[in-house]
Amino acid sequence: MTVFIIRRLLQALLVVFMMSVIVFFGVNIVGDPVYMLVSPDADQADIEAAISRLGLDRPILEQYWLFLKGAAQGDLGDSFIFGEPALKLILHHMPATMELAFSALILAVVIGIPLGLYAGLYPDSRISKGIMAASIFGFSLPTFWVGLMLIMLFAVELQWVPATGRGDLGSFLGIQSSLFTLDGLSHIFLPALNLALLKISLAIRLTRAGVREAMGLDYVKYARAKGLSTRRIILVHVMKNIMIPVVTVMGLEFGSLIGFSVVTETIFAWPGMGKLLIDAILQLDRPVVVAYLMIIVLFFVLINLIVDILYSILDPRVRLQDQGA
Amino acid sequence: MTDMTANPALNADKPAKVETPFQRFRAEFFESKIATGALIVFLIIVLLAVLAPWITPQNPYDLAQVSVMDGRLPPGSEAFDGYTMWLGSDGSGRDLYSAILYGLRISLTVGLASGVIALLIGMAIGLVAAYAGGRIEAIIMRIVDLQLSFPASLVALMMVAALGKGVDKIILALVIAQWAYYARTVRATALVERSKEYVEAAQCLGISRFRVVFRHILPNCMAPLIVVGTVQTASAISLEATLSFLGVGLPQTEPSIGVLIANGFEYMLSGRYWISVFPGLALLLTVVSINLVGDHLRDVLNPRLKK
Amino acid sequence: MSAVLDVSGLKTHFFTHAGVVKAVDGVDFTVSKGEIMGLVGESGSGKSITGFSILGLIDPPGRIVEGSIKFNGEEIANANEERLQNLRGNRISMIFQDPMMTLNPVLRVDTQMMEAILAHESVSKQAAWERSRDALGLVGIPSPEERLRAYPHQLSGGMRQRVAIATAFLNKPDLIIADEPTTALDVTIQAQIIHEAQKLTKQTGTAMIWITHDLAVVAGLADRISVMYAGRIVEQGGIDDVIDRPLHPYTVGLLGSVPTANRRGQRLFQIEGMTPNMLALPEGCAFGPRCHARTDTCHRQPSIEDIDERRLRCFNPQRTAEVVK
Ligand SMILES: Nc1ncnc2c1ncn2[C@@H]1O[C@H](COP(=O)(O)OP(=O)(O)OP(=O)(O)O)[C@@H](O)[C@H]1O
Ligand code: SF4
Ligand SMILES: [Mg+2]
Repeated sequence: MTVFIIRRLLQALLVVFMMSVIVFFGVNIVGDPVYMLVSPDADQADIEAAISRLGLDRPILEQYWLFLKGAAQGDLGDSFIFGEPALKLILHHMPATMELAFSALILAVVIGIPLGLYAGLYPDSRISKGIMAASIFGFSLPTFWVGLMLIMLFAVELQWVPATGRGDLGSFLGIQSSLFTLDGLSHIFLPALNLALLKISLAIRLTRAGVREAMGLDYVKYARAKGLSTRRIILVHVMKNIMIPVVTVMGLEFGSLIGFSVVTETIFAWPGMGKLLIDAILQLDRPVVVAYLMIIVLFFVLINLIVDILYSILDPRVRLQDQGA
Repeated sequence: MTDMTANPALNADKPAKVETPFQRFRAEFFESKIATGALIVFLIIVLLAVLAPWITPQNPYDLAQVSVMDGRLPPGSEAFDGYTMWLGSDGSGRDLYSAILYGLRISLTVGLASGVIALLIGMAIGLVAAYAGGRIEAIIMRIVDLQLSFPASLVALMMVAALGKGVDKIILALVIAQWAYYARTVRATALVERSKEYVEAAQCLGISRFRVVFRHILPNCMAPLIVVGTVQTASAISLEATLSFLGVGLPQTEPSIGVLIANGFEYMLSGRYWISVFPGLALLLTVVSINLVGDHLRDVLNPRLKK
Repeated sequence: MSAVLDVSGLKTHFFTHAGVVKAVDGVDFTVSKGEIMGLVGESGSGKSITGFSILGLIDPPGRIVEGSIKFNGEEIANANEERLQNLRGNRISMIFQDPMMTLNPVLRVDTQMMEAILAHESVSKQAAWERSRDALGLVGIPSPEERLRAYPHQLSGGMRQRVAIATAFLNKPDLIIADEPTTALDVTIQAQIIHEAQKLTKQTGTAMIWITHDLAVVAGLADRISVMYAGRIVEQGGIDDVIDRPLHPYTVGLLGSVPTANRRGQRLFQIEGMTPNMLALPEGCAFGPRCHARTDTCHRQPSIEDIDERRLRCFNPQRTAEVVK
């Protein structure tokens, strides 16, 4: 177990390093941020002052070296726009994104699994066919477009919930979140639903496929032969088996939820790190872009690790040590 | 056994007495009304996009033809020039119907171009891995797995952040985001094929690996590649629209569907829904129809699902 | 002796796309208290489906189309689900064919045994656990406490099948249907398990249907035997009668393919031809195409007749076993 985790962490470090190379040099190929940062009527002296202040006059390799040295100390550079440390900016925006992604995941699980279960148990019913058709749409519809429609329907037409922004924060067990106030909940509902849509479809399909497969297997028939109630067979025998792939995949999808929140946050003006990223890209605020990407890569690697561990806990047949070199 | 692996699409030209595999494939495909309908819808969309200059009342990007006085007109209004704007007009007075067809041209070009290029590159890399085997294959597949652990949307976003705006750049970004899916598909086929006796026999007989790759792996991966290709093309179109909507995809001078939707976004909250909704519907029809075709292709081409 | 189970005219058909599979097509037999009945036949002859029909475990596209199943005098063919649930695992237990597939891989052995008790009796978990432990002891599992804590994959095939047998006896049922419980195991373990099962039926007075394709297995175990071919019983009678003087050419064939000590050195007699295609059974006697005693009358369907204290479905009973030699 420990060996496994250490090896995975080393792999993770390598991945993060590779990504830092790709990201840093990639971002530096794009236009010249200096011209975004000085006023159009600035003279040459102003521009040069800005360049040396931002360290843009050094060779790119040296810039990268400085970046790496800083990164090792948790310093990913200062934002060109805000003048603050990029990492601090991102960490500041992170809770909003996490709470959004987390809510979306909960929605996906709470809505997707029961629907998938139903569709798997009664594959030929009309309702199941409707559920599956809806899930195809859930897969095909671009998130941003669904977001627009949600705003139009629930916020503009019906005026049930506000269209944009994050509501009041409440505090519970020392955690600050908009999930703890009514106003906060009304604000998070639409963006969370929007973000969750794709994952609801995914949860439906996974659960349905799992249920259909399990229902045909001998152990379900055997459980029936023991005279167990349908309820116990489904909730214990079937669910416990299909939860393994469902939890694994949904866990891995948490990373993609954070990635996707870029879109949702932009539409719903949600003050998370996704919106920060888009603004940073549009304003060529390189340190923020780089810092975001580094954080995201770290995130993914961590999520992968956690899911692997979770998987081994859920499935008694898996030994972590046994997994490939 | 050979029957199972035979690829319907490729064996099409073999003469057969009763029914060629392609005919069988065609018959099975058109058995599904939904898939047939989706294919027809998609072909109509392509046709409309291709014919746009001849079937629209206005070239929405010729400034001489656009009048600000026509701005934000609701659907069905009459334009200054006398024609009816069935879908209304956008903020700067462009006829939405025309703008959508012109937008589709760009969206489809980007989607199809990136789909085809990613397919070719991914397939080439997958075949190289299959041909080389050993360490090279292991390294390539490691990279593929690594990339696939990140969602394509995020990879594409990173790429546009690095590359900037423009049709060529967004195609490049999409190709980089999607090649790995094709490489993985080829690899999956290669694994299956390699485990088969006839490939082993071929190798024992001293037939070159080159031949194995091109006679066995390449033909057999075509069917799954086509399926992956349709789904990935739909997702490329959708991704481009997303990036453009976010303002990091195509510039205003290349107004794809995504750009149109973004332009309408600011009017949405004031109830002028049509500026975003109609381009959105066009996008939706395109993506959903491709996906439905792909979904059904998967069923028809997948020998394991056949009874 | 009173009949625990009385099956008559049982027909279970599967309505598939390719046509109707008459998996069980008119089967009659009775099993009395403390009796072991061997149900023998080649693969695909409908043995398992007969067993599942008794338990009401036939899933669409299959269903019991005709016939009666009387259990302790009560008609249970097509009984309601509630009643069947009540009987299953409680009054009638089944041991499945493949020990590797029947235990749920993600549930511990204790869970899977205890639930069989708790589904039918309101006893404390402690009591259920103790009964499970004792049952494991009875079937010769060493250190049962430890085994109870194990997951199925931690047990060998033989162990798993013993767990299934122990589970079958947990509620002291009136009838146990053992579906080839030993075929997946090696010979010594097979012998042990047969011994164990025999001992238990003698002790508890439980009736048993022992399904197998291996006549040698039932020869030393069963009291009576029913030979099945293509969904029908072709010969039925006391074990000694049938083994010593088989009347049906199919039984003769089956016996010929049993390697026994006294025929050592002789060529093993094989039944020629393939098992029949259940979708296209030959006209007349289903065994006809493979029958060495076939005559012109055989293009008609033989009905089952009483003959010398047994039942037979054949126009040309093999009065002597000469054909074998
Ligand atoms: N779900 C089903 N749909 C269609 N046919 C079925 C189905 N289940 C069983 N059958 C058919 O019923 C027949 C009898 O099957 P059954 O499982 O009872 O055979 P068996 O005698 O137990 O054989 P084995 O020794 O292999 O276990 C087979 O020909 C099988 O093809
Ligand atoms: S009825 Fe005829 S064909 Fe059938 S088993 Fe008897 S002898 Fe053979
Ligand atoms: Mg069987």
